[in-house]
Amino acid sequence: SCPLSTRCCAPSSAGPAMNCRAEVLEVSVEGRQVEEAMLAVLHTVLLHRSTGKFHYKKEGTYSIGTVGTQDVDCDFIDFAYVRVSSEELDRALRKAVGEFKDALRGSGSDGMGQISLEFYQKKKSRWPFSDECIPWELWTIKVNVVNLANEQERQICREKVGEKLCEKIINIVEVMNRHEYLPKMPTQSEVDNVFDTSLKDVQPYLYKISYQITDSLGTSVTTTMRRLIKDTLAL
Amino acid sequence: AMDTDLSSQDRKDLDKFIKFFALKTVQVIVQARLGEKICTRSSSSPTGSDWFNLAIKDIPEVTHEAKKALAGQLPAVGRSMCVEISLKTSEGDSMELEIWCLEMNEKCDKEIKVSYTVYNRLSLLLKSLLAITRVTPAYRLSRKQGHEYVILYRIYFGEVQLSGLGEGFQTVRVGTVGTPVGTITLSCAYRINLAFMSTRQFERTPPIMGIIIDHFVDRPYPSSSPMHPCNYRAGEDNGAVYPSVEDSQEVCTTSFSTSPPSQCVFTVTKAHFQAPPPVVTDTLKVPVMGLAFSHQLSSSRLSYQPAALGVGSADMGYPVLFAGGLNAAHPHQLIGPGKEGGVPPVPSQPAHGTQADQERMCTPLDGVHYSAATPSSSEDTETVSNSSEGKCGSPHDLLETIFIRKVGAFVNKPINQVTMANLDIPFAMFAPKNVELEDNDPMVNPPESPETESPLQGSLHSEGSSGSSTGNTHDDFVMIDFKPAFSKDDILPMDLGTFYREFQNPPQLSSLSIDIGAQSMAEDLDSLPEKLAVHEKNVKEFDAFVETLQ
Repeated sequence: SCPLSTRCCAPSSAGPAMNCRAEVLEVSVEGRQVEEAMLAVLHTVLLHRSTGKFHYKKEGTYSIGTVGTQDVDCDFIDFAYVRVSSEELDRALRKAVGEFKDALRGSGSDGMGQISLEFYQKKKSRWPFSDECIPWELWTIKVNVVNLANEQERQICREKVGEKLCEKIINIVEVMNRHEYLPKMPTQSEVDNVFDTSLKDVQPYLYKISYQITDSLGTSVTTTMRRLIKDTLAL
Repeated sequence: AMDTDLSSQDRKDLDKFIKFFALKTVQVIVQARLGEKICTRSSSSPTGSDWFNLAIKDIPEVTHEAKKALAGQLPAVGRSMCVEISLKTSEGDSMELEIWCLEMNEKCDKEIKVSYTVYNRLSLLLKSLLAITRVTPAYRLSRKQGHEYVILYRIYFGEVQLSGLGEGFQTVRVGTVGTPVGTITLSCAYRINLAFMSTRQFERTPPIMGIIIDHFVDRPYPSSSPMHPCNYRAGEDNGAVYPSVEDSQEVCTTSFSTSPPSQCVFTVTKAHFQAPPPVVTDTLKVPVMGLAFSHQLSSSRLSYQPAALGVGSADMGYPVLFAGGLNAAHPHQLIGPGKEGGVPPVPSQPAHGTQADQERMCTPLDGVHYSAATPSSSEDTETVSNSSEGKCGSPHDLLETIFIRKVGAFVNKPINQVTMANLDIPFAMFAPKNVELEDNDPMVNPPESPETESPLQGSLHSEGSSGSSTGNTHDDFVMIDFKPAFSKDDILPMDLGTFYREFQNPPQLSSLSIDIGAQSMAEDLDSLPEKLAVHEKNVKEFDAFVETLQ
């Protein structure tokens, strides 16, 4: 992980930075649906926030690779979504979502929590100051885990959650369509401040995923902040 | 004065972007309604043929239809491109499900940079379209098509007609992109009555049209196929080759990067069923195809070995049946795996064509600006399969091999009534191929009961009476001494131990005897209606009996 991880990109305790767009989605799901529901939302966002790999050439020109897509069927929800064809990206998301799910199931939780996907830019500072991480878009998914009593309820839940996720996808697309702030296309020397160039087939904007488990009062009981920082900068 | 602000190069680029955006929009929508999962690969090297940096396959028929509908025009104010998705049952009733509209309005954005911002926003809009096409009700319906209904598409250009969607239809906006000549909007209006009809419900409702809906029974007789021959293009020249994309003058050559095409690999992830390309000499093919697809689509546990079908393999393409004439007003279905000119086979090696003349140029720093290069010469995309040779056997062969009765796991029937290759017995491939083994199967033929000695002859309490206690070679173990609990031998001449030994090897149940077992499943099934009739006659008695149990 990034050697700067303890210094840069510290979570802003004052809330999102200025000019950072924040969107909140809420879902109520059964325990076994948590992973698929989170992956559906995260993948849909990242589909819109990933490009092909940049290949810089002389004179500052560059070409862009091709992004493939694939359909994913959910097992526990009557739902299907499209994700970017990148196994690395899928693995990274699954890892984060798996941790979130485990934390939700763990003690101290009554099944409520939230997972956040934050897109940020790095701003270089002169030594001895560390680089800044400036978020420009923050997606928060609030999750409420419900327990169901019987198979009939589960079946209804499959369908209902499927319908809810359809609504979420439409919400996400609406936000994407606003064409609001996006970082400028970077030069070759700047590309790692804007994009995650560590994947071999696609290039998402720099992002990190974190989560919080809340107790019934809504306060943060376990402030376990996990980071997935994709960074190829060497110190 | 609208166009004077736009350089002619920009204008040309913009027109090209809009045209190819329209074509890709149609591809995404139609492919999302084929009933299969779509999967394309990312490629880190620019391939040059992937418009908007997205791997979206071009189905030639679809491009052809779209170009025909557009007839060289572009979406403009009052002239929208519409893709109509409808459902057609095998009885011929049809219903419009969705209308996808690509429209242009008058709101212009003069400041926007064509070759960079507009292009990237169009790319984003296509991604949104990919996402939205999976969340409207028609998606789930289209994933289950093939058996009782198929999904059709129709492209038209002009005024949007929403009246066929019924009352209370809903609209979802996919997105908009402002350009110097107007704002492109993409939206979908969809019927909602169907939204409450879950696909399961639809499958279970019997004869709206008199079809018996049953996914899990093979139709043993071709004539009972639920699919009627579609309005297939029998009249059309079967050698029709759809102009592959590169034939046209201004084909989707990307201006932006160097190396060409086809690292966009189209794979259908689900299929291990490979069907032959239909040879359009015989409309009888069509229902066969339909049924074959239905087996695949509706019951995922059926897996047909290509070899068993005796046909060559072809890529599984689009299980939506293609029909209709060239008339744009006619709905079109896609047959898969495409007829001639249909789905191009996935190239095993990406073809490398000539390099484009110019690369995509970007000067970074302030708002990167692309200057589009001139189109290169025709690139070569995937080769279109023009072969009209039938790779399959005669229709008759197909029918025979497809309609194999499924055999339950424990049905006692001679192997020769079932084709081994098509057994749907679980783990059939591990089943012994040796027919005689059935005769040795103790489930089928329990061993003969040995002659039992008179229980009075041997003393039950004799030690080491192992020999006498077993005339019976089927014991896995030898009984040394048999002292059943709670038995006393002075009360009854026949006690527990005797009883046990006498009935250790009961005679074979008559229902397991070969004679009855040899009765075919078909006869069992055929006798069911009679039995049911008898039971129905006695229904009052049954009811009374049930009452007594309560």
